[in-house]
Amino acid sequence: MTNHWADIKNADVVLVMGGNPAEAHPCGFKWVIEAKIKNKARLIVVDPRFTRTAAVADKFAQLRPGTDIAFLGGVIRYLLENDLIQKEYVRSYTNAAFLLDGKFGFDDGLFTGYDEAKRSYDKASWAYQVDKDGQAKVDPTLQDPSCVYQAMKRHYARYTPELVERVTGVPAAEFIEIAKLIGSTSATNKVMTSLYALGWTQHTVGSQNIRCIAMIQLLLGNMGLPGGGVNALRGHSNIQGLTDLGVMSHLLPGYLGLPTEKEPDLKTYLEKRTPKAVRPGQMNYLQNTPKFFVSLLKAFYGAEATKENDFHFDWLPKNDKTYDILATFELMYQGKINGYFCQGFNPLASVPDKGKLIPALSKLKFMVVIDPLVTETSTFWKNHGEFNEVDSKAIQTEVFRLPATCFAEEDGSLTNSSRQLQWHWKAAEPPGEARPDIDVMAGIFLALRELYKKEGGTFPDPIVKLPWGYAKPGAPSPEEVAREVNGKALADIPDPKDKTKTLAKEGEQLATFAHLQADGSTSAGCWIYTGSWTQNGNQMARREAADPTGLGNTPGWAWSWPANRRILYNRASADPAGKAWDAKRKYITWNGKKWVGPDVPDFKVDSPPEEGMSPFIMTNEGVGRLFALGGMAEGPFPEHYEPFETPLSSNPFSPKGGGKTLSNPAARVYKGDREKFGLAAEFPFVATTYRLTEHFHFWTKHTRIAAVLQPEAFAEIGEELASLRGIKNGDRVVIKSKRGAIKVKALVTKRIHALKIEGKDVHTVGLPIHWGYEGLTKPGHLTNTLTPFVGDANIQTPEFKAFLVDVQKA
Amino acid sequence: MALMSLDVLQQSASTSTPPQARTTLEVAKLIDISRCIGCKACQSACMEWNDLRDEVGVTEGFYTNPPDLSDQSWTLMRFNEQVIYGRLQWLILKDGCYHCEDPGCLKACPAPGAILQYANGIVDFQQEHCIGCGYCTAGCPFNVPRLSGKDSKVYKCTLCSDRIAVGLEPACVKACPTGAIGFGSKEDMLFQAEHRLVDLVERGFAKAAIYDPKGVGGTHVVLVLPHGDRPEAYGLPANPRVGPVLQAWRSGLARAAGVATMFAVLAAGILHYMRHGPLEVPPEGDQEVKP
Repeated sequence: MTNHWADIKNADVVLVMGGNPAEAHPCGFKWVIEAKIKNKARLIVVDPRFTRTAAVADKFAQLRPGTDIAFLGGVIRYLLENDLIQKEYVRSYTNAAFLLDGKFGFDDGLFTGYDEAKRSYDKASWAYQVDKDGQAKVDPTLQDPSCVYQAMKRHYARYTPELVERVTGVPAAEFIEIAKLIGSTSATNKVMTSLYALGWTQHTVGSQNIRCIAMIQLLLGNMGLPGGGVNALRGHSNIQGLTDLGVMSHLLPGYLGLPTEKEPDLKTYLEKRTPKAVRPGQMNYLQNTPKFFVSLLKAFYGAEATKENDFHFDWLPKNDKTYDILATFELMYQGKINGYFCQGFNPLASVPDKGKLIPALSKLKFMVVIDPLVTETSTFWKNHGEFNEVDSKAIQTEVFRLPATCFAEEDGSLTNSSRQLQWHWKAAEPPGEARPDIDVMAGIFLALRELYKKEGGTFPDPIVKLPWGYAKPGAPSPEEVAREVNGKALADIPDPKDKTKTLAKEGEQLATFAHLQADGSTSAGCWIYTGSWTQNGNQMARREAADPTGLGNTPGWAWSWPANRRILYNRASADPAGKAWDAKRKYITWNGKKWVGPDVPDFKVDSPPEEGMSPFIMTNEGVGRLFALGGMAEGPFPEHYEPFETPLSSNPFSPKGGGKTLSNPAARVYKGDREKFGLAAEFPFVATTYRLTEHFHFWTKHTRIAAVLQPEAFAEIGEELASLRGIKNGDRVVIKSKRGAIKVKALVTKRIHALKIEGKDVHTVGLPIHWGYEGLTKPGHLTNTLTPFVGDANIQTPEFKAFLVDVQKA
Repeated sequence: MALMSLDVLQQSASTSTPPQARTTLEVAKLIDISRCIGCKACQSACMEWNDLRDEVGVTEGFYTNPPDLSDQSWTLMRFNEQVIYGRLQWLILKDGCYHCEDPGCLKACPAPGAILQYANGIVDFQQEHCIGCGYCTAGCPFNVPRLSGKDSKVYKCTLCSDRIAVGLEPACVKACPTGAIGFGSKEDMLFQAEHRLVDLVERGFAKAAIYDPKGVGGTHVVLVLPHGDRPEAYGLPANPRVGPVLQAWRSGLARAAGVATMFAVLAAGILHYMRHGPLEVPPEGDQEVKP
């Protein structure tokens, strides 16, 4: 979230699209209700189904799964055509005025630089025009035909309400009503918040769905203000913490990238990863990357890391290719992975195409499952009848199950969607032999280190020499780890403004990442978390509920990254002169000497407005990007592409592109998976998967009460589809995709209706995901038996939200 | 259970007034359907607090689970899909006991003290006095009490009388994430409900209304209905009231008729004796049956 949960109450309009917070985030949804009641906010829900969120919405529109960009692109066009944009904000705080490289272009669904054989782009032309000093050229009048504003206008000219209707199924009049309501927040005294979740990410164009809303919020001037922002509602209590700490194959903690083979030494890596300013007078905060990165290496390797040995950059693994979850299971499927550690993860239920996963897991020599519960993955080798037809004798994978504690059985911190790190305390003793994950991992590490010490190996140093200074080596405490993550001074850090003073004395916990150094005199395990455990103790354990402004940002409650900041880009809550856009939402303003307000300014506090520094300090041009440059795989402007399984045979937005532009041209498809994509002739209905409020993923089916509240698997189908197939409510039905079939009960509903898409009726089938063959609920098929093995072009999130099926009475 | 005997206002099958009921605040639970998201946290909390565990059932094509109230499910979210004024509505009702001011169950109950009404308005079942006749289920205009197949006692929502007795709110209120369920004095709850109507009317629910049906003397669970003119759309009776037979049964007239009947029978007996004298018993030997 750029903002935070409680801040939703400050919104005038709440747009829920790509999410279903009333069901998936019922506790956070209280703030939407609060906005409605206290702020007279209007709630818009756009979704493939009429959800429990829609049940309390002011406006609802049903769209076809996988057509969000068509809808949002239509909104962008509507805002531009009707001048419903916050002009001064757009001119000053976005790259609308920046001139684009003359070679940049877009034709028939493809941007310049496409290589069909590689399914990727040469992004050289997706760039600004620069002067001889490498600074970007701008036209503040926004009239130059090569400026971003004009290019954007041209790009979205095709996204007319009529075409939106033909593609999404939302009637043009309804679409316009919603676009108008969204556009109403371009006024300086009106703000919209956007709440989304996996309904936007689990598409082959997932990242571009989010780009779209970011553009809309910039055009409306809704970023950086209370009640605004682009707010990702995270699906697990600590999934924000997971990404922050870089538990992804291409990341290190704090969103620093894991080096690749093309970055063999520290100098190359830092040169490549540290952005250079392209506009005068801008902060370009990530110019500090070397400080964050070297401090991380010091946290990893301690005294072993010295300036002379490049802080042991050589000890870091270097990626040769990506190892996202699809790539990993593809490699496993090819028999190229021997062993797999599966910690707090149930991939057999959570990764697409179960029919591919079972042979993949069967090719492993061993699998270690660390989990508090029995997962389907851990018993994949067992025959569970129709729910898991396998020949156990043919599977030789050895499975080790290590019981772990659950959150209530350990101390630690959880980072929620608000970027808030909240410390929690153990409430119960773990059952049986369950041990905290930290202890399990420490035990494995210590055993491995012994083996390396005894037997040597190809490259033992990073393991044998890894500092491990915990009081109990086999059980590092969460407190020790949290202090390490925050970081400390390894020498006295002199104050650059006054050499007689120090920012921190040797051995002290650091107060802020602003004190990190690139010379090895500081350490920090995750720079964005620096400030969470200072000399004043554990900031995450703070429980001061005071809310002095009534805006809900409670600065004394726990601790938010970065720097305990509750709203990101908050300098943008004021106009270029430093005055609040809206007196009711006065947040960070210039008082003549510095930037002040109820939050930590996301800005250089003493830079007067006249200096012209822009609020988006994390980009190297200082402004928000309407044009994403080379940041995205499939183009600098989001473009509608159909899901990989689609009822259409050509893309209505680029009909001349043919098969090439039907679906995302930059998405990766493995050999063998394309053959497993179904066609509309055989699989005429569009399916989408989702959660229900009664369950949490595949966990709560193990608890009696949740099992009582939603006991058995079902599919939601509209009344028209039911009568088409002769299905009655409660009948058993078979849902079939090209990859497999599942049997569930039918829930026939008015809440999904047939959509007119390009003149034809298209039916949507809703598939909740929660059942499996373990737990107290009625045993069920894993929904991912049906889903396609293809992901988003940028981060490979699987396309769980739009694929084709057929439905028959069982 | 945890409220004290002095708080009892009336009890089933008993003509005597309980000794000096204390004057306590009339309470109410307010269910604002316009902010309810059907998450079933209330159902879950009810099961947790009251230690109820219904069976893991099957899906019959509805979000309502379990399918009905039972001795193990004292509250239930009922989901109704309705098209009202051309607009699809998913109406979600948190069903359960409405704690009538004039409780039909209590009126119908023949077991002394099995159903109590406290001075604060809560209607509570005392299972130790319940004889399992099920009359209360027939007497309830909302079809709420459920007879247990296990112990032949009747169960329903207690409005968490045990929590309220020690100053806590009902478990469902505590668990509700959106503040759709409130608890307090009935006066305050009605005031809040009125306030909600203003917002709902402004949003286009011109017929929004408070559900506090007069046919049962008002209830201690009141609802804000966005479609206040159509309680049936939510699955609520439009005009719940205690049935006429039951009313007559418990009225003064019935009592007078009962007393009159008693005296009439007595009088008839005396008259019969005066006319015919005592009944002669034949000699004992005639009664014996020969083997």
